[in-house]
Amino acid sequence: MASSHRISRRDFAKFVTAALSTIMGAAMGIPVIAYLIDPALKVQSSEAWIPLGPLDGFPEGTPKSFSFTRSNINGWEKTVNSYGGFIVKKSDSDILALSNRCTHLSCSVNWSEEDNAYTCPCHEAYFDMDGGVLDGPPPHALDHFETKVEEGDLYILFPAVPSHGG
Amino acid sequence: MFKNIYAWLDERLGFDDLYKGLLDRPEPHGNWWNTLGSASLFLFVMQGVTGIFLTVYYTPSPDHAYDSIQYIMNGVAFGWLIRGIHHWGASLMVLVVFIHMLRTFFSASYKYPRELTWIVGSLLFLLTLGMGFTGYLLPFNQRAYWATVVATNIGGVVPGAGPFILRALRGGTDVSALTLSRFFSAHIWMLPAALAALIGVHLYLIMRHGESAYPDADD
Ligand code: HEM
Ligand code: FES
Repeated sequence: MASSHRISRRDFAKFVTAALSTIMGAAMGIPVIAYLIDPALKVQSSEAWIPLGPLDGFPEGTPKSFSFTRSNINGWEKTVNSYGGFIVKKSDSDILALSNRCTHLSCSVNWSEEDNAYTCPCHEAYFDMDGGVLDGPPPHALDHFETKVEEGDLYILFPAVPSHGG
Repeated sequence: MFKNIYAWLDERLGFDDLYKGLLDRPEPHGNWWNTLGSASLFLFVMQGVTGIFLTVYYTPSPDHAYDSIQYIMNGVAFGWLIRGIHHWGASLMVLVVFIHMLRTFFSASYKYPRELTWIVGSLLFLLTLGMGFTGYLLPFNQRAYWATVVATNIGGVVPGAGPFILRALRGGTDVSALTLSRFFSAHIWMLPAALAALIGVHLYLIMRHGESAYPDADD
């Protein structure tokens, strides 16, 4: 009877030691792990509607450039990135907002009236007015932003998304 | 099974012999004061571990040092805990090492054959103070900055070599980015390496001589 219900002094000591070690290990280990992986757990949601001003300000039939900046906080540092693109307005209901970031290696493309194309200065690439690749190394069309018009003002949704087709 | 694994390992590593030779030695009837050396060792290891974790975020440049510490305190999970332990542990270590020194002084443990233990111990104490001195600048706030201006000026009044000592400590005439980076280097590499090496010598000497016994009524 004694053997079935009582635990020996030695087993008790073993059990208490193991339990205390586990608690102390967790008390030290968990804070340390949380401390190390903390930045990886912070996800910055960056989606935002960026106002570009009155829609009337954009000419019909020819691309007009725009630019804006977004800031991110990494640790104690604010990183400001600039972005830009072109609004291609064909009518008040047919608006395309293209990113100016070349899909090859991210140089900025410029609209060239002369070539009737966006040209990339880095590796001589050409994109048509709607962003499709005409010539050069880029693998696919320029990215675009979703757009909306509210009370006469044009907004684009950051970040840009890939366009389909070449 | 564990016994067999242990026996296999021990036959090759000789842990049992090491243990018997180094640690399984008779201890004199001491008291709590005799634990302070081990407490110093524990604090040294603890400062080492928390310090390593602090360097994950701390940035030793005048532009970032202060902000990186604010970030550790407010932005990182448990950053306050890691820094808090390192911060208070620093003061505690100076205190504990100093009381350990007092105890070996009052128990006259520095006498033959333990003179070297005492001399190495004195160096350990100076190095511990050096850790405090260099660590104090790292937050690079007003208090850290001015404390270092004043403390390095103290080095500057040494007759003759003063101006040189001042420039050597600061890495130039002013407390600057150079001061911060050389203090950082001393704080995380040079002083801890010297401490670790001398602690090794210190402990070797203690194992070699055993601990001094307190005199009893017959002495
Ligand atoms: C980082 C600092 C130090 C560490 C880690 C350390 C560690 C130790 C340890 C573990 C012992 C074993 C006995 C005991 O705990 O009392 C010891 C003994 C001793 N320490 Fe230290 N110590 C440090 C600093 C010092 C200082 C500053 C002195 C004096 C200047 C000193 C002088 C001695 C002496 C003379 C003994 C022999 C005591 C005896 O045999 O009774 N130590 N030390
Ligand atoms: S980056 Fe535009 S063509 Fe290479």
